[in-house]
Amino acid sequence: MGGEKKWIGLVYVMPYVVGLVIFTAIPFGASFYLSFTDYPLLRDPMWVGLANYTELLFHDRTFHRALQVTLTYVFITVPLKLAFALLIAYVLNYKLKAIGFFRTAYYVPSILGGSVAIAVLWRYIFADIGLVNMVLTGLGFEAINFFGDPRYALLTITLLRVWQFGSAMVIFLAALQSIPTHVYEAAAIDGANKAQTFFYITLPLITPVIFFNLILQMVEAFQEFNGPFIITDGTGAPLRSTYLVPLYIYDKAFRQFDMGYASAIAWILFAIIMVLTVIAFWSSRHWVYYAGDRRS
Amino acid sequence: MTTLANQPQTALDEARAHNARTRRNQVISAVIRYAILAAVGFIMLYPLLWLVGASFKTNAEIFASPSFIPENPTVEGYQRGWETSTRWNFGHFFLNTLWIIIPKTIGTAISATLVAYGFARFEFPFKKILFVTVIATLLLPNVVTRIPQYLLFRDLGWLDTYLPLWVPSALAGDAFFVFMLIQFLRAIPRDMEEAARVDGANTIQTLVFIVIPMLAPAIISVCLFQFMWTMNDFLGPLIYISSVEKYPVSLALRLSLDVTEAFQWNQVLAMSALTLAPSLLVFFVAQRYFIEGISTGGVKG
Repeated sequence: MGGEKKWIGLVYVMPYVVGLVIFTAIPFGASFYLSFTDYPLLRDPMWVGLANYTELLFHDRTFHRALQVTLTYVFITVPLKLAFALLIAYVLNYKLKAIGFFRTAYYVPSILGGSVAIAVLWRYIFADIGLVNMVLTGLGFEAINFFGDPRYALLTITLLRVWQFGSAMVIFLAALQSIPTHVYEAAAIDGANKAQTFFYITLPLITPVIFFNLILQMVEAFQEFNGPFIITDGTGAPLRSTYLVPLYIYDKAFRQFDMGYASAIAWILFAIIMVLTVIAFWSSRHWVYYAGDRRS
Repeated sequence: MTTLANQPQTALDEARAHNARTRRNQVISAVIRYAILAAVGFIMLYPLLWLVGASFKTNAEIFASPSFIPENPTVEGYQRGWETSTRWNFGHFFLNTLWIIIPKTIGTAISATLVAYGFARFEFPFKKILFVTVIATLLLPNVVTRIPQYLLFRDLGWLDTYLPLWVPSALAGDAFFVFMLIQFLRAIPRDMEEAARVDGANTIQTLVFIVIPMLAPAIISVCLFQFMWTMNDFLGPLIYISSVEKYPVSLALRLSLDVTEAFQWNQVLAMSALTLAPSLLVFFVAQRYFIEGISTGGVKG
């Protein structure tokens, strides 16, 4: 019971504290500072006040386009992915013999999806004469020029990420399985049908997990880089219809070495993510249901 | 009279009919569920199947039919792709990837275990605020810290080395793993540790001989996830590694895309299939750790 006992826990978490300060806290502050500077890497940062931000917000058309594409991408991809993950988890959450097999099969794309190889595969599948178009024309539809038509190019990235619904599904499935059966029995006795049971019992009980998945997927979607970068060779083609903000940050920071400007873009993106996260947390009071004894 | 005699009979019939209906409904429900699951599964996995099949096709055949079965199977794509357009073959890039993964994974496992143990089992000053930073880091978009991190590594002279990929992880930089292990540890009762402490073991002995054996499945999950993520990581190497000699497979694959893709499709597909193989293999051997890891990290807390 010596005086050092109070500090021993701190010793164990020390690696984390050091890493937090060096690799997260200081860079976090530094990027905020840099966003107010002109910093072409070869000379010292020069304070320019709000110039980067006014340029970005009022003049930079490339940025406006990238932001518009990013918001479209996030608002389509995240709900689609979550809905699909929940649907499949719901179908799986039943006394089926092959549940383990299907869960594994559906999880495979999540394991591989972030890789370069899968993005390469996507280029082939959605090519002019690729797999998808062969199937479409085989079924009597017209072939779609996915990477040449600005209306469809972003959709291929969305499909790539929806395809990886497995990790969200596993989380949903675990939540569904943790709902005690007596809740369903009580609902059945009261004469609730399947739809009523789902919308009034199941859905409210798993709202904490929906919330968790929503935040996680949103933060991830806003930072999407690998997919469009590899599929379009970093150009965001066609007509910048897949040019997401992270690609613009990469171009500014690591191709043009305009570090101050790139930091300002990163901070605007960060601010948008924060605002949406805060809205989600704030709104969660109204739609997320926490059982009284949830925290052990 | 007849009605009276018949009544129980009807009730029984009704009950039977009801049971049969329920059973029929259950069968129908199961059939529908299997049909949905099989259809979705097929659509999901067909691209991967096609990739493997196409990697054995001739270039002329790749865009000729949607079938994944090659008509004239050839390993030409693998042979030529393996040689790459650089001075090094793909084996070299696989070894580079391994050389990134192994120290990074070991560093992650050790640091995340120590830190999770500290958070889950001790009271110390600033604990609450530090734990809040774990959650905050979990949600913090990396995009906002990336540029200063790059500048920091440049000033340290670490560019074009693997240090920027190793060191942050060795300092428990991946908050997800710390969080996951804390969740696991909270679910493990402390009785054994307390008994060990009473017997005179110090905290390190307790950690090594009591906690780590119980925490082993979770630590394996951490290692596996880190393996997969590092295998797939593209942006990290893209920013920090500039000489081709040090490229991991993710960058080598991208390079082959630039150089050969115009017509040598089967080479690119063969190497794509090959780079997916280690992750797939590890996943199938150890899938329960993945499922448990993600369920625990995600649901509790």
